[in-house]
Amino acid sequence: MSLLTRTQGATTDAPRARGPREHIVSRVGALLIMGVFTLYFLVPIWWLFIAATKDRGQLLTTNALWFADWNLFANIGDLISYGDGIYLRWLLNSLGYAGLGALLATVFAGMCGYALAKYRFPGREVFFNVVLGGVLVPATALALPLFLLFSQVNLTNTFWAVLLPSIVSPFGVYLARIYAASSVPDELIEAARLDGSGEVRTFFTVSTRLMAPALVTVFLFQFVSIWNNFFLPLIMLRSQELFPVTYGLYAWNTQLNQIPELRTYVLVGAFLSIVPLIIAFLLLQRFWRNGLGTGSVK
Amino acid sequence: MTATEVLVTRGTKPPRAKRPPRAKTPHKGAIAVFAGPFGILFLLFYLLPIGYAVWQSLLVVERDGLYGEPKEVFGGLTQYIQVFQHAPFWDSVGRVLLFGVVQVPVMLGLALIFALLLDSPVLKGKRFFRLAFFAPYAVPGVIAAIMWGFLYSPNLSPFTGLTQSVDFLSPEMVLWSIANVVTWVFVGYNMLIIYSALLAIPGEVYEAARLDGAGQIRIAWSIKIPMVAPAIILTAVFSIIGTLQLLAEPQVFRSFSSAVSSTYTPNMTIYATSAVPNPYLAAAFSVVLALATCILSFAFLKLTQRKAEQ
Repeated sequence: MSLLTRTQGATTDAPRARGPREHIVSRVGALLIMGVFTLYFLVPIWWLFIAATKDRGQLLTTNALWFADWNLFANIGDLISYGDGIYLRWLLNSLGYAGLGALLATVFAGMCGYALAKYRFPGREVFFNVVLGGVLVPATALALPLFLLFSQVNLTNTFWAVLLPSIVSPFGVYLARIYAASSVPDELIEAARLDGSGEVRTFFTVSTRLMAPALVTVFLFQFVSIWNNFFLPLIMLRSQELFPVTYGLYAWNTQLNQIPELRTYVLVGAFLSIVPLIIAFLLLQRFWRNGLGTGSVK
Repeated sequence: MTATEVLVTRGTKPPRAKRPPRAKTPHKGAIAVFAGPFGILFLLFYLLPIGYAVWQSLLVVERDGLYGEPKEVFGGLTQYIQVFQHAPFWDSVGRVLLFGVVQVPVMLGLALIFALLLDSPVLKGKRFFRLAFFAPYAVPGVIAAIMWGFLYSPNLSPFTGLTQSVDFLSPEMVLWSIANVVTWVFVGYNMLIIYSALLAIPGEVYEAARLDGAGQIRIAWSIKIPMVAPAIILTAVFSIIGTLQLLAEPQVFRSFSSAVSSTYTPNMTIYATSAVPNPYLAAAFSVVLALATCILSFAFLKLTQRKAEQ
């Protein structure tokens, strides 16, 4: 400990401490471990891509990890036209559930977290603790209770049955509160007040800009959790026009034994549905780290 | 807008004390506007369904005679007695516990190793590895399960040599095949959580250790791992919750392997029971599973805290 304090002054403005040249063996070893696991993580996705470019005959007869005849666009054309374009419908549904749901969830969670961070009111901590408890309740645990409730009011098998439960994000409230508390100065709100700006206007014009990184993170987390939520649509929806793309592909996959030609569609459809997600993920990785970091500090 | 402005001017007129008086809450209107929508939605789509499920789990259906109208009556703990006598449900609970005991440590162990390597000076190309390892998290569980289902299948797989000698979809193997799918999706995500915690450790901590002559492995073991323990505990709690809630992957695997029954995991049992339909028993299952999830993650937190104090 005494060492620590003694050296502190010398190193505070040095870049992240790096040791002397490490042994060549540990360098190669590290690279080898990471290289092997890169294959583990990427080969399945590569295989799916290759499979999506082949026609049905070549799928089984040619090298599964390398191209045969380039058939991707023909496959996509077939996929889109199959069953009156139901696949595109599913994609749009997924975008609707996840996009709209995440947007609304972010607005509501952002406002609520802001209120918890910047205003004092009776019952504030109780309210926050109840919401925090909600963070620990996984979406799948709520699916059946929601189904029972929605069937009471005849709302199962509707767009609302999947959308409405998705616009509640307790984790978003938690993140927004922590972030608002540290990034929106009280003096700024006070100054806006003196300028005659209303509380709500101050929030939407000033505070949201300061909270933007947290809000983007909340949006991302919620988008992915809605996109991935399988139990809710599975238990709520019966008509396939309402399915999100994951449920649609699952439904096709269960019919493979009766309708073997669906196999190409499942593979191409699966590939097509993850491409935008992977790209968005990689581009927005900064925000992921943001949210994950905040989540683990506590 | 005008209503809130009026409120604000009224609030700002008197010179404001540092702490507002207990009796009056300033900006009541604004607070209601900000917290109200979420509060109402949370009530409607979190608390109400949970309460309603508890209520449903206390009901039973009775008929007057053999062909009488079925009607719901209060049955006390009747459904819970059924739950405790329901062998397939407890089999499924045992199955996911076994799954969790093996899969969670393997997944978090890998995530920790990768995070430490990403954080150590010996590794080149960190950015690439970080992206490559995180990419599977973008694949939804259903899609990942479909993909791996094909990879395991003896005739479609690119690794036919392996899949023809080892039957990944047999009753003995399929649980671990599913564990591999879950691991594949979530290692990168957990790695990033631990890695962010590692980045938050101030650099001078290592400098001190290095002056003491500690090597990279010693630094990782004695400084880094203890300092990121809270992040590891967090990932462990979320993984335990996720394991008990397992649904999408095994549900998809039903198409690939007859070894996966309709009551393979607790959530699948709930789904199958609600499809019968027996909403009362399904509700009771849900309540028991939710309680078990709470108890298990809470117990784990307490256990690790006590260990940390020793």
